[in-house]
Amino acid sequence: MHDPASRSDQSIGHHEVKETTCYMCACRCGIRVHLRDGEVRYIEGNPDHPLNQGILCAKGSSGIMKQVSPARLTKPLRRKANAKRGESQFEEISWDQAMSMLTERLGRLRAEDPKQFALFTGRDQMQALTGMFAKQFGTPNYAAHGGFCSVNMATGMIYSIGGSFWEFGGPDLDHAKLFVMIGTAEDHHSNPLKKELSKFKRQGGRFIAINPVRSGYAAIADEWVPIKPGTDGALFLALINEILKTGLFDRDFLIQYTNAAELVIDDPERDDHAMFYRDTSIDVTRGCTDPQDKFWWDRNSGEVLSHTKGADPRLLGAFTMKDGTPVKTSFQLLKERVEPHTVEWASGITGIPAETIRRLSHEMGIMARDHKIELPISWTDAWDNEHASVTGNPVAFHAMRGLAAHSNGFQTIRALSILMTVLGTIDRPGGFRHKAPFPKPIPPCPKPPNSPDAVQPNTPLDGLPLGWPAKPEDLFVDAEGEPVRLDKAFSWEYPLAAHGLMHNVITNAWRGDPYPIDTLFLFMANMAWNSSMNTVEARKMLVDRHENGEYKIPFLVVCDTYSSETVAFADLVLPDTTYLERHDVLSMLDRPISEFDGPVDAVRLPVLPPKGECRPFQDVLIELGARLGLPAFTNDDGTPKFRNYPDFVVNYETSPGSGIGFLAGFRGKFGDKAMKGEPNPNQWEQYAANHCFFHYELPRSYQYMRNWNKGYLHWARAHGMTKWAEPILIHIHSEVLQRFRAAAQGKWPGRRPPERYRERIETFFDPLPFYYEPLEAQRVDKNRYPLTALTQRPMAMYHSWDSQNAWLRQIHSHNYLFVNPKVAIAQGIKDGDWIWVESHLNRVKCMCRYSEAVEPGTVWTWNAIGKGAGAWGLSANADESKKGFLLNHVIGEELPVVSQDGGQVLSNSDPLTGQAAWFDTRVRIYPAEPTSKKITEPQFTPMKALPGQLTRPRGRWQAYVAGVFGKK
Amino acid sequence: MTQLALVIDLNVCVGCHACVTSCKQWNTSGWAGPMVDENPYDADPTGTFFNRVQTFEVGSYPNTETVHFPKSCLHCEDPPCVPVCPTGASYKREDNGVVLVDYDKCIGCKYCSWACPYGVRELDAQQKVMKKCTLCIDRITDQSLPEAERKPACVLACPTSARLYGDVHDPDSEVSIAIRERGGYALMPEWGTQPANHYLPRQKNRMHITEDDLQRVDNPLKKEDLTVYHGEETLEDVTW
Amino acid sequence: MHPAFSVIFLTTLLGAGQGLFLALVTGQVYSRIHLIEAQSSDYYLFGSLIAFALLLTGLVSSFFHLGRPERAWRTATKWRTSWLSREVIVLPLLMVLVATFGLIHWMGWTQPFVVAGEDALPVDASLLVGVFGALVAFALFVATAMIYASVKFLQEWASPLTVFNFTFFGLASGFMLAAAYSAFLGNDLVTFFGTWAVIFTAIAFLSRGASLLRNRRIKYRSNLKTAIGVRHQGIAQTSQGFSAGSFNTREFFHHRGPRTLTMVRSLFMVLVFPVPVLLIGLAYVTKSPNLPILAFLIQYLGLVAERWYFFAEAQHPQNLYYQRVS
Ligand SMILES: Nc1nc2c(c(=O)[nH]1)N[C@H]1C(S)=C(S)[C@@H](COP(=O)(O)OP(=O)(O)OC[C@H]3O[C@@H](n4cnc5c(=O)[nH]c(N)nc54)[C@H](O)[C@@H]3O)O[C@H]1N2
Ligand SMILES: Nc1nc2c(c(=O)[nH]1)N[C@H]1C(S)=C(S)[C@@H](COP(=O)(O)OP(=O)(O)OC[C@H]3O[C@@H](n4cnc5c(=O)[nH]c(N)nc54)[C@H](O)[C@@H]3O)O[C@H]1N2
Ligand code: SF4
Ligand code: SF4
Ligand code: SF4
Ligand code: SF4
Ligand code: SF4
Ligand SMILES: [Mo]
Repeated sequence: MHDPASRSDQSIGHHEVKETTCYMCACRCGIRVHLRDGEVRYIEGNPDHPLNQGILCAKGSSGIMKQVSPARLTKPLRRKANAKRGESQFEEISWDQAMSMLTERLGRLRAEDPKQFALFTGRDQMQALTGMFAKQFGTPNYAAHGGFCSVNMATGMIYSIGGSFWEFGGPDLDHAKLFVMIGTAEDHHSNPLKKELSKFKRQGGRFIAINPVRSGYAAIADEWVPIKPGTDGALFLALINEILKTGLFDRDFLIQYTNAAELVIDDPERDDHAMFYRDTSIDVTRGCTDPQDKFWWDRNSGEVLSHTKGADPRLLGAFTMKDGTPVKTSFQLLKERVEPHTVEWASGITGIPAETIRRLSHEMGIMARDHKIELPISWTDAWDNEHASVTGNPVAFHAMRGLAAHSNGFQTIRALSILMTVLGTIDRPGGFRHKAPFPKPIPPCPKPPNSPDAVQPNTPLDGLPLGWPAKPEDLFVDAEGEPVRLDKAFSWEYPLAAHGLMHNVITNAWRGDPYPIDTLFLFMANMAWNSSMNTVEARKMLVDRHENGEYKIPFLVVCDTYSSETVAFADLVLPDTTYLERHDVLSMLDRPISEFDGPVDAVRLPVLPPKGECRPFQDVLIELGARLGLPAFTNDDGTPKFRNYPDFVVNYETSPGSGIGFLAGFRGKFGDKAMKGEPNPNQWEQYAANHCFFHYELPRSYQYMRNWNKGYLHWARAHGMTKWAEPILIHIHSEVLQRFRAAAQGKWPGRRPPERYRERIETFFDPLPFYYEPLEAQRVDKNRYPLTALTQRPMAMYHSWDSQNAWLRQIHSHNYLFVNPKVAIAQGIKDGDWIWVESHLNRVKCMCRYSEAVEPGTVWTWNAIGKGAGAWGLSANADESKKGFLLNHVIGEELPVVSQDGGQVLSNSDPLTGQAAWFDTRVRIYPAEPTSKKITEPQFTPMKALPGQLTRPRGRWQAYVAGVFGKK
Repeated sequence: MTQLALVIDLNVCVGCHACVTSCKQWNTSGWAGPMVDENPYDADPTGTFFNRVQTFEVGSYPNTETVHFPKSCLHCEDPPCVPVCPTGASYKREDNGVVLVDYDKCIGCKYCSWACPYGVRELDAQQKVMKKCTLCIDRITDQSLPEAERKPACVLACPTSARLYGDVHDPDSEVSIAIRERGGYALMPEWGTQPANHYLPRQKNRMHITEDDLQRVDNPLKKEDLTVYHGEETLEDVTW
Repeated sequence: MHPAFSVIFLTTLLGAGQGLFLALVTGQVYSRIHLIEAQSSDYYLFGSLIAFALLLTGLVSSFFHLGRPERAWRTATKWRTSWLSREVIVLPLLMVLVATFGLIHWMGWTQPFVVAGEDALPVDASLLVGVFGALVAFALFVATAMIYASVKFLQEWASPLTVFNFTFFGLASGFMLAAAYSAFLGNDLVTFFGTWAVIFTAIAFLSRGASLLRNRRIKYRSNLKTAIGVRHQGIAQTSQGFSAGSFNTREFFHHRGPRTLTMVRSLFMVLVFPVPVLLIGLAYVTKSPNLPILAFLIQYLGLVAERWYFFAEAQHPQNLYYQRVS
């Protein structure tokens, strides 16, 4: 071998470096792709990118193997005429044929009843475009992954503090001194979080992880607090109680920035009981914001308008207004709510020793109180008070699906928001920080349409398919109060379903409840496998037929890049490109990659040509829009408005002349405007020159306290982020929730729920957070199913995408069920044994792995490692299908039908938001019959290879060397 | 003499495997490549990797520590794998202490792997030569790379910067300081191999709370005279 | 360790070949000093041919152990540090000597150059080559055994007993083969070789027994604590970091249960020691020409099992890192 030091790698072959954005997951790191003779040589993190600053994860580093994956689709495919759906028998067709088929069918549906077309997308980053397409088409039946992902997180926090974890905000670990991470295994912001965690630890920060399992991040925590799944709400209530009792709350913060001191009517006899006492006659802004017509109780002069200058309001207490109305402060109500929730009470529910809970509350409270941060940044609040500095209480929290994916998640997350609030850590240094475009009014202004009339033939939907209901009148229901949407989002069943309920789409369409549809279009969603609950049945529903032989879901279109399990069920398959082959935008209109210090958006630029006949889905959608004559995509003369997606991105404006488009950076003729500005023909080039992102750093004085920061709020309004510059007070007591409860109690002047939902709404729309046992646990025999089964994301796999990846699959080719040895031994199960995991619904067979790092009431496995035989370009006897298993088979998409629901079929979801309750699953485990075959169950008929799928002969060996791989 | 090495900070490693695949992608097309995969899309996929991340559990529930443990060749100062090699294919570089294998000389006898207690050498099943971490010799010596990038791929990728890289013989280097100040230790010291790579142990940050912290005059509760008189009967009404 | 058949055959065949050659040389020396009757040159010729064939087969099987046998020549370069290199030098040398020994007998170049004493010890070319070859054969025992014994991490192997075992197993099987060879030819040396074979088998029994006892009591220097540097009694791996195996899971572990190991041990303890000794004894009584052949075959089979066990028994510390998939 030549001496390695004697030659530069870049001198071998033709070497090029191109910048783009990673999409091996939703984190969206900046990358530099090195090419050698046109093949990917090396993908490195872009050190100039604000998000990842040069680091890269295991997936991002394996992008090369995605390019050579045998699972790649390369041709548009149509199900063979004589083949049954699901048999994976396809024939190649041309793009023109595919587009004609779609145009003809969708054109007909649009003319007859746009609802008949449903477009659902998975963990994509294109909701700005897909959502717009759906709206233009006129169908309400659109949603992305949010509803089965973490909508509880979004709503629970946004309805409380106007922003949330997830892609909308996060913990400020730069300044924090105590960090409490709850129910997070990998997270969306995964690379930055890792980076910050290590920095935080090295700076001497204290890191506490609350999780039934100690893996990944929790591994490096200073303290692991194991908790029984689904019980965090109880923990938070006890923590709040303890903090209130000991006086460890931030009084000034609560008074100034929350509705804690505001007066709530306290007279159960009155219709407006539990509403804020308001003076609707005074002159304040009454837009979609929370009007400032509420009252404080001044220590000296009694009732005064809140934020009256010089007032010294009471935080606690019950009072009587001049007009005789009995009132209490919002904080008083909170105090009364949490009082019975002692640490001992919570200990019994959570399994955490009472002493630990008490200590945690002291740690949080004392750290917040005694280690204040003061940054020399002057700012002005919304009431024109000047502040010489920004202060912070350095206790940061982070939580994700461990809270969200339970049917009590919304109220649990409300409780967490309030815990964070009483500690005074919202948008302050060292606490929770917003990311643009958040904060938003509580709740944000966009509303779903509120009547079936919004859906009209050949007309765009009147309103956005998704939004944020603030009162019963915002629900998308018909005159009888029944759902207009297929997934029943925004109906009385799931009033706050801000992200839809994708997990119910197949079941509802199959059952024809609320109505049957014609065409289901799935983009980037593996609904026949890991993103469905009750997968065995979902797969049957997809192929189920009426007596006349017609499929219950008549037409299924799948757009994917790979041969996923779902592709096998398609009638029409559209082959998409990979992330290295197309333009993408990570838009302010969707979920941008903003930083705490200001908005950031980003683009992908093609680094490689599309493979085979793959076409970027965005191009397809824009062409389809034009073919269907959707207004946004068509000129008045009927010709297409845009050549392709890049052209669309540059020229599209949300409304003519709005200056707001998909990309916020480099707007204006010369690219010198930010956020708003006329289209810039050179926008792409300017993004390319700026490492594929645009970062608008807010002035320092606008970076904190944004809910109440006058400068920021006005900046945000001027730059089109919001219509309102009103302060966003934190909702400790939630009047929004009370409106729905009042409707159920017959006290709301407007819409009221149908009788069968009355009790449900009244119970769950509690304006103060409360704890209830997860719904599944309330409905199954807990003695029979004593364990909760969870999944976690492995850091080296993204959902189902990566089993095709020759490198990543070697790390996780199959999975085990992790069980606490004590529990296993009691069942006579040895480490490595084959076992059954049984829920009320179904059972799966898998292998057991002992682990001391799991709470004994919990069993868990890695998410989405198990695969359907033959899918993903893997051979039918691959480990993924023979030794790997999918927990989803035992997770119900609906709750067991019981009398307490009045015999109704209800989704296994949070009753407020429709969030899929993945982590409520109760199971039991027992040894598999010793004689049974050593493969996982259930097994499925192997999926056949698709035409155009295998372009390379497949040998026993694969030796990738850029520049020569696959070239003869 | 220079001795380049990695120092792995177990205090922050979250076990993400970024170092595993970034290593693979850099090296498979580099000086030490290819790193072949066997059965890449079939049962029992296996292949050559220079770096692995493992997980250990210490203690028993609820007092469990989960330890993520990355491991690649430790570039021993006295590498037992080198003298046993019958061909001289395994060698330790004079200039920087990196232990390498010259594939052109290697006969694939595996003997060196027996002589490594750490299990970091892997015989490439197709190429039939011994492979191992090269400390990314073709990056760290490539003068055409900017200084900041003249580091191993795994070090650049590691999201938690748990992988420090430098000269452990230079007492002022980041790695030497870390070893000195953070109690850096060697694996299996009992064999006297003197690994150049070191590991930094877990550290715990705790908070100490005293009684005084809970008893303070500025307690905001003192601002809320909590009792509100609602006209109930009191002693005032009955005594005199 | 994973017992690779190439290495099992390599070491056992070499051992038998060396032993046989040593037996021939011993026989020649004894006959020269008239302690036993002289043999025909054919006897030595075919004897050395057998020895050579064994060495050759051993050598060939060693190639199966190499990934790149075409480069085997390179192995000779590091004799200063590598026992493997030394073996690779000594083995061909021995083969040359064995061949020369046979050739000398075949060509009849056995006129003595000098005769010590009164016909007490006629020294001819074959004797010189034989004795030198004997030394080289011993060197080869040492070199082969040291390949294993010098790996300090394999504590079961890192002991002088390994050298003894290799040597005495070689001698036992070689002399046993010589006895068998003689029995096959029907000459009178069966008893001579047989006796030596029994003696060597007995010594091998002692030394192997000693190593088994020693290995049973080994205190492993490495454990999970030193492997990952965490001082705690309860450490368990939950993931080795990959799902479906690697070189490290294949090369250093036998993937058999402890029952198999015990079985193989009992098997070789029976096949290598008592059975061949008994058969030789029986042959002595019955004068059967077949029993010594059977004795050799059985002992060889036993040695194959012994060598399998030798590898399987050895616990490589690297295995501490590769215990569990998840
Ligand atoms: N590598 C990788 N990264 C990803 C993804 C991926 O597939 N792979 N997916 C992305 C997506 S779509 C999402 S939604 C995010 C999700 O990111 P996370 O929210 O981190 O997702 P999960 O892996 O579901 O982790 C849930 C955690 O909650 C814990 N948990 C479960 N129930 C409870 C409970 O009741 N209480 C508490 N305290 N903890 C509980 C589980 O043990 C687990 O550790 O990750 C994103 N990032
Ligand atoms: N048991 C259990 N189930 C879960 C979860 C859990 O924690 N436990 N988590 C849930 C959550 S939070 C989420 S977000 C969902 C995720 O659910 P999905 O979004 O359905 O999951 P993915 O596996 O990411 O599937 C997306 C599909 O997109 C395809 N794809 C990848 N890249 C591209 C591309 O560039 N273009 C196109 N057109 N297609 C592409 C993939 O091939 C795959 O078929 O899973 C949910 N399912
Ligand atoms: S976290 Fe990893 S996979 Fe996700 S975008 Fe960043 S580098 Fe890519
Ligand atoms: S990349 Fe860093 S954090 Fe990730 S496993 Fe490797 S050393 Fe640990
Ligand atoms: S770790 Fe192993 S391979 Fe690396 S130098 Fe040390 S002994 Fe050799
Ligand atoms: S496998 Fe190669 S490097 Fe290792 S000892 Fe043999 S020849 Fe040397
Ligand atoms: S230093 Fe280079 S070769 Fe070694 S483990 Fe890291 S990336 Fe791999
Ligand atoms: Mo998700």
